[in-house]
Amino acid sequence: MTLSTTNTTIPPPKAQKVVTQPGDRIFLGLSRGSGILLLVIMAAIAIFLTVRAVHAISHDHGNFLSTFEWNADQTPPVFGIAVLAYGTIISSVIAMVIAVPIGVGIALFISHYAPRRLASPLAYLVDLLAAVPSIVYGLWGAIYLVPNLQGLNLWLNEYLGWTGIFHKTDPSSSARSLFTVGILLAIMVLPIITNVSREVFRQVPKAHEEAALALGATRWEVIRMAVLPFARSGIISASMLGLGRALGETMAVAIVLSASPQLTIHLLDPAGGTFAQNIAAKFGEATDFGRDALIASGLVLFVITLLVNGAARLIIARRKEYSGANA
Amino acid sequence: MSDATTESASTTAPEPSLLTRRRLPRWAPAGIGVASVALGVGIGVATGLSSRLQWGLIALLLFIGLTYVITARVEGRHQAKDRVATSLVWACFMVAVVPLYSLLQTTIAKGIKVLDGNFLTHSMGGVITMMPGGGVYHAIIGTLEQVGLASLIAVPIGLLTAVYLVEYGRGKLAKVVTFFVDVMTGVPSIVAGLFILSFWIIILGFGFSGFAGSLALAILMMPVVVRSTEEMLKLVPNELREASLALGVPKWRTILKVVLPTSIGGIMTGIMLAVARIAGETAPVLLLVFGNQLINNNPFSGAQSSLPYYVFEQYSNGNDASYNRAWAAALVLIGFVMILNLVARAIARWKAPRTGR
Repeated sequence: MTLSTTNTTIPPPKAQKVVTQPGDRIFLGLSRGSGILLLVIMAAIAIFLTVRAVHAISHDHGNFLSTFEWNADQTPPVFGIAVLAYGTIISSVIAMVIAVPIGVGIALFISHYAPRRLASPLAYLVDLLAAVPSIVYGLWGAIYLVPNLQGLNLWLNEYLGWTGIFHKTDPSSSARSLFTVGILLAIMVLPIITNVSREVFRQVPKAHEEAALALGATRWEVIRMAVLPFARSGIISASMLGLGRALGETMAVAIVLSASPQLTIHLLDPAGGTFAQNIAAKFGEATDFGRDALIASGLVLFVITLLVNGAARLIIARRKEYSGANA
Repeated sequence: MSDATTESASTTAPEPSLLTRRRLPRWAPAGIGVASVALGVGIGVATGLSSRLQWGLIALLLFIGLTYVITARVEGRHQAKDRVATSLVWACFMVAVVPLYSLLQTTIAKGIKVLDGNFLTHSMGGVITMMPGGGVYHAIIGTLEQVGLASLIAVPIGLLTAVYLVEYGRGKLAKVVTFFVDVMTGVPSIVAGLFILSFWIIILGFGFSGFAGSLALAILMMPVVVRSTEEMLKLVPNELREASLALGVPKWRTILKVVLPTSIGGIMTGIMLAVARIAGETAPVLLLVFGNQLINNNPFSGAQSSLPYYVFEQYSNGNDASYNRAWAAALVLIGFVMILNLVARAIARWKAPRTGR
């Protein structure tokens, strides 16, 4: 404990540390260049899509915003995104209504309810849901889910048909509807919502929870008073990230939905379409002009997802600063 | 104290002690569960509901209702709400497990029928779609080549960007890049496909090829690699960097020889997960690679197939033999993705960063 022989002499300060080697400059250039390249790619996506889209929209003989049908390959071309925008938003909203409460519930289950030793295998199970490719969800949705949801559809039609929303015009038609698509999308975005929410729940200060417990709160009251208020903005941004995924999902929707240029409030009718589904379905036999028209609809989808994701990220970023100041 | 215990439980006593309050036995939730499942099935059979999903829903509602009523009578309203919340949270988890189980079970049960050595080593050349036979060899080749090329493009760019953000990035540029990397994570795969379509195929005039597909996949992969690498680099303790710099090692060599090797396990994990993600993408392949029944080993010219595209194509044929092939290919694809995931986890555990604490 007494005098150890460690040499405590301070190394002589080197004043010439500022000398940058050529290696340093090259490496900095390369890494900064890659960062800039990413920005360039994002800009290029916007620019190239816009160029083709403007070409297509200027030759559209319908109204791009309000026309129902998508006949870009005929002459004169008539196409519009009304049905697609409606279908995209409605199916995503259905997905959100189902997935947000369940996703938050699962996150709570893993972070607060599950036995400690089970928590990480359960989290892995949720990751498995995320790892399944969307085409497999589509295949399962079309061959397994659609026939199995028929019963639920008829039941909804019988008892809730008076609302209009759950009215099924032709009860014998298949369940390839926006409603089914919404359910499938809900399953697909669950892991995103769960994982982000779980991350936020983990950041809740232990002291808050313990304070609530000390006041005699039950576990649910702890969650309502300490966990959820702290995590609210995190849950919002988790939902928006999920929404971004649901809006852009292509193959599962393309396989499951029986598309038609109809804008209907009856969610159980096999009708409607989404941006991504329409692109996948029409691309095969599209002419050169038809492709440009599809690119135009892709641009709209790009802008929507950009706004949703950007907003989600801004909320998360603001949160980070907030919790950092609190820590 | 004694007053509280003598009070009847149905009136909500103001402050009964936790220890003396009446409590339900430990087996109560299980008992209520069994009872409500039995009732649910009973009601389902009695009213002639066909779907087992509805039986389950009825049982679930019964369970929650019964739990609330019984707990409220015995333990009080606070506890009742708590128990209802607990059962709801458990129900959420069950609800998530049901589709996962059903999906895996269906895929395995249906896929295993056709999946054999012949299926893995043959293409669809000369196979009539209505007839059984044929395989996924050409699709596996396509997937491996497209994903490999995409990784070759995306991994170096992603790594360097992450290095920039963690090791160099201070100013405005770094903030902008971070934000757009996050936003880029959310770009739908079909939009990435359309971008390459307009840029590479329509404007530059190249034809459909596996490489065009890889370009789109690389766009989807880059932000994932950046994010995971960034997280890993941040875990490297600053002492290591300082020690190296103090020895007079230039910064770039410090990064290459100290920072990256320390975090290589986590970086590899992130890359594997990114590969697993793009291996399942169909939309860009649909737009850019166009699909092929035959084996095309050259990703730079001519149409190719890929596993997810093959699933889509066989499903679109719409007959039983094709459905069977679609399920088998889906099983191969899930197997491929799962193996990548497991390997990623194994690497993460094996090479966990030693933080020196």
